[in-house]
Amino acid sequence: MNEEYDVIVLGTGLTECILSGIMSVNGKKVLHMDRNCYYGGESASITPMEDLYKRFNIPGSPPESMGRGRDWNVDLVPKFLMANGQLVKMLLYTEVTRYLDFKVVEGSFVYKGGKIYKVPSTETEALASSLMGMFEKRRFKKFLNFVANFNENDPKTLEGVDPKKTTMLEVYKKFDLGQDVVDFTGHALALYRTDEYLQQPCLETVNRIKLYSESLARYGKSPYLYPLYGLGELPQGFARLSAIYGGTYMLNKQIEELVIENGKIVGVKSEGEIARCKQLICDPSYAPDSVTKVGQVIRVICILSHPIKNTNDANSCQIIIPQNQVNRKSDIYVCMISSAHNVAAQGKYIAIVSTTVETNDPEGEIRPALDLLEPIEQKFVSVCDMYAPSDLGTDSQIFISRTYDATTHFETTCNDIKDIYKRMTGSEFDFEEMKRKKEDIFGDNQ
Amino acid sequence: MALRELKVCLLGDTGVGKSSIVWRFVEDSFDPNINPTIGASFMTKTVQYQNELHKFLIWDTAGQERFRALAPMYYRGSAAAIIVYDITKEETFSTLKNWVKELRQHGPPNIVVAIAGNKCDLNDVREVLEKDAKDYADSINAVFVETSAKNAININELFLEISRRIPSSNASAATGKGFKLRRQSSEADHRCC
Ligand SMILES: Cc1cc2nc3c(=O)[nH]c(=O)nc-3n(C[C@H](O)[C@H](O)[C@H](O)COP(=O)(O)OP(=O)(O)OC[C@H]3O[C@@H](n4cnc5c(N)ncnc54)[C@H](O)[C@@H]3O)c2cc1C
Ligand SMILES: Nc1nc2c(ncn2[C@@H]2O[C@H](COP(=O)(O)OP(=O)(O)OP(=O)(O)O)[C@@H](O)[C@H]2O)c(=O)[nH]1
Ligand SMILES: [Mg+2]
Repeated sequence: MNEEYDVIVLGTGLTECILSGIMSVNGKKVLHMDRNCYYGGESASITPMEDLYKRFNIPGSPPESMGRGRDWNVDLVPKFLMANGQLVKMLLYTEVTRYLDFKVVEGSFVYKGGKIYKVPSTETEALASSLMGMFEKRRFKKFLNFVANFNENDPKTLEGVDPKKTTMLEVYKKFDLGQDVVDFTGHALALYRTDEYLQQPCLETVNRIKLYSESLARYGKSPYLYPLYGLGELPQGFARLSAIYGGTYMLNKQIEELVIENGKIVGVKSEGEIARCKQLICDPSYAPDSVTKVGQVIRVICILSHPIKNTNDANSCQIIIPQNQVNRKSDIYVCMISSAHNVAAQGKYIAIVSTTVETNDPEGEIRPALDLLEPIEQKFVSVCDMYAPSDLGTDSQIFISRTYDATTHFETTCNDIKDIYKRMTGSEFDFEEMKRKKEDIFGDNQ
Repeated sequence: MALRELKVCLLGDTGVGKSSIVWRFVEDSFDPNINPTIGASFMTKTVQYQNELHKFLIWDTAGQERFRALAPMYYRGSAAAIIVYDITKEETFSTLKNWVKELRQHGPPNIVVAIAGNKCDLNDVREVLEKDAKDYADSINAVFVETSAKNAININELFLEISRRIPSSNASAATGKGFKLRRQSSEADHRCC
């Protein structure tokens, strides 16, 4: 390890592993280390179950009813992939998708007046939904048609709406949509966490609804995908990509010091040795003095022995509790997966509740979500601080990732990756940069 | 004819010839200057076994084993693992037991284990007796062959032996399988133009 590298990466979270892969593919000499003996950092899937009990300081060992410890791979951060989203694009461009198997999440639900309803996103579904009354359905159908045909550059499709001027609120008014429909459209289709978008030009929102529909159209049941064996497979896949392109991997390495000369990173000291580098990428835990707290997120991992009620016994689903249904500023999310995804023992379900903390009683804030899940066999509660780098790293050449936020998707993670890439290289991120640079797939077919 | 995809992963110390074995099997060639670090991402070869086609999806370590940083993903869903040692280096045989232990810990429960004593073309500098290795392999119920990637000795036989040991139909694996992501056809069209 007493060598000179172009880039040293500390922490094997998804952000770090994707960046490591991009750097290696582009010919950089990369050393990638983690203080833990497993991959994934904060975005790991914990296995076996015994380790999850230890991690959350739950006394004793898992009861018999939990089944075999090794059958569990429990995500620390709940997220799904959008079928047409940026992360999927990264997986396809890098061909890391070869290492992974996916399942489509079976349904997306929205909370209204204490009950949950399937999110209707196609005409047929909308017409069958009990979420809306008869007349509302017709109006919603017209709205969905409008969105599907909407083309910014073709005035005929705009029905008098100016994409850059007309606000979304005005568009909803135009179609005479009621508050409930506006709520689920904004939060469960356009996937906004707050209501600020209502006052903004409608283009962005219309495009988001289109994205939802297009992702949905790809696989049917829902727009979301989930990898077998848990989200922890994602960082591992990108780490393998980095290794194939020459990246050196070391786990279980205690990092003693970031060696800085004249305000610039020159190396990393670990176990008495110094590895030299020109640039450093790390997660906030490796540079605690260079990050700022930007908020808190609560996540509660709930182990269930039953599917969530009123989800048609889905083996996986998402539930969005829009903020105004529970008098909050930000939405509460529930992501549920199960033994069908090789993440839980036979017949078990993992539902993870998450939201941005708004009060001094975070556990109280998520009660409406927990109520949907009862009876809960075991809860694992975490309230984490979220950090962002204090500076851009231009002088120090230390590039720190952001803590995974409360959103249940990878959009902000992908944006962070693109941003760090730009700060490191000085050029705009381009998916083409991720393509494998040589023919490295051999054998019969493909 | 039924096609079965069988994932096979390679294990063993650095320099024992893991990549060379795969290269010989898949491309039927040998490169004495094979790059020690940069592995191939993905190698496949289909062979007929009785009335089935076995498509081997072969995972090479990509050097992640060097500092004991192999990811659990590497073993996942493997039908078989080939543990390689170098017959001219005693220590690569001593570490074999560690790899077996690692596999028992992280690999699937019913994985077929094959042990390959590679570089058998270098018989005059041999340090590991064939009988010792065979006895050990028998004690853990593993396939055993001595191979030479260089001279193409026993490479196909190694995989044939694996085919033979794979349970004839693994119904359990079929349930609840996921799918691979693919580009949409329109995107694929873009790509080839
Ligand atoms: C429960 C839930 C809550 C969500 N809440 C929010 C939220 O609070 N704020 C938010 O911004 N998004 C939110 N999203 C939407 C999210 O941004 C994506 O649409 C999707 O969920 C992310 O999946 P992905 O990371 O796999 O794909 P992504 O990589 O996110 O794919 C999304 C695609 O659509 C575009 N896109 C989607 N969202 C955005 C965006 N915000 N800005 C610019 N382009 C975008 C991207 O360019 C990309 O091509 C939420 C999604 C879910 C499932
Ligand atoms: N004589 C002889 N040399 C071999 C044989 N197989 C591999 N080698 C040589 O041994 C060296 C290492 O081979 P690799 O295939 O790179 O070994 P590896 O196990 O993949 O090594 P790492 O990728 O570094 O872990 C190379 O110089 C090969 O040419 C063989 O059967 N006979
Ligand atoms: Mg090799």
